[in-house]
Amino acid sequence: MPGAISMAGLDLRGVLCPENFVRTKLALEEMEEGEVLEVILDDGEPMRNVPRSLKAEGHRILQVQRLGDKAYKLKVLKRDRGAHG
Amino acid sequence: MEGLKAALKKEARAVKLDFAELKSGGFIKQIQKDLFTVRLRCPGGRLTAEKLRKAADLADRYGRGEVHISVRQSVEIPYVNYRYFEAVAAELKAIGWSVASCGPRVRVPTACAGCAYNPNGLMDTQEVCLEVDRRLFGTPTGHHKFKVSFSGCPIDCFRTREMDLGFQGIVEPKLLEELCNGCELCVKACEEEALRMVEGLPARDEGRCTGCGDCIKVCPVDAMVVARRGWLVRAGGKHGKHPLFAYEVANYVPQEQVFPLIERTLEWYRGCGEGRERLGATIARLGLERYLDEVIRPLPVEVIDDPRERRKFYAGGNLYGGA
Repeated sequence: MPGAISMAGLDLRGVLCPENFVRTKLALEEMEEGEVLEVILDDGEPMRNVPRSLKAEGHRILQVQRLGDKAYKLKVLKRDRGAHG
Repeated sequence: MEGLKAALKKEARAVKLDFAELKSGGFIKQIQKDLFTVRLRCPGGRLTAEKLRKAADLADRYGRGEVHISVRQSVEIPYVNYRYFEAVAAELKAIGWSVASCGPRVRVPTACAGCAYNPNGLMDTQEVCLEVDRRLFGTPTGHHKFKVSFSGCPIDCFRTREMDLGFQGIVEPKLLEELCNGCELCVKACEEEALRMVEGLPARDEGRCTGCGDCIKVCPVDAMVVARRGWLVRAGGKHGKHPLFAYEVANYVPQEQVFPLIERTLEWYRGCGEGRERLGATIARLGLERYLDEVIRPLPVEVIDDPRERRKFYAGGNLYGGA
């Protein structure tokens, strides 16, 4: 994505649903459209729930990277709600 | 009961009780002499604030100031004297409301929130539930009660397995391979472990997939999409002292086949049922094949006729001692 800026990430390992989603959502709200947030999530429930909730909010997951056995790093592109249908 | 009937008939002449209203049910006799519970008609468990206020008001003036919320989504007003039936019925009618039914009739259908606002919902349960209520509520079956429910997704909050006819929302996913970026979020999202990566693409185990659509909902590039959406139909279930789990009989049934399916089932049940048996007992007696042949196969729907196809919908545990 041209012009996308990578922000400092959120490490949400050990954070339970839905707090992990809420914190990600709030962080994204502070950002500009087109900026990228890195989020680290535990495998299991967080990975089952958070990506889908982010998609429902209109954001786009650009990349999913496995970190060892137990966690994943996501790159999330901030998109303004309603701008992308 | 005979003494009460005689007394009621005598009263009816005096209070002009509408016996048709009484017989249609909705007024349930209690232990206490002369007292009944008024079962209100609340299809899909959805009430306007106006109706809710009216129920509270009726409970205050004719009951004991409290309501009971029944397991099938009805708001019930206990401790109402039968002398007030006419007044209660009139007040309900004035706001376009009425009581529910009991006896050998199609009961008020029940439903979850559905896709109108629940993110898990795959089908619009409320809309179809209201239409079933409008068109079929109170229809006599000639045998026993007939319960219909709608669950928007495989979580099946509305227990379609326990219904004479249950409709459960389901989707069939498909992968647009050229769009897939191999992120594996679909694999992660799947609670059934029905997806695994094969040569960089998610491959589905149809024997495990329950059609919940979580893979579709998560796909960030819309490579996983809906191939088909509809109702998984279950027939012949019941709760009570001798529960029966329903059979999955048809899949991806489109909205326009819901009424033909219900109406054909009712017609079949009316004709083939014996005495006071539920649909599930009729099916057990005559054989599921006969129900499938006479009701489902003639419809333009996908029949589920292989028991192995049904098996993946079953949990373990104590299935009432059955197989």
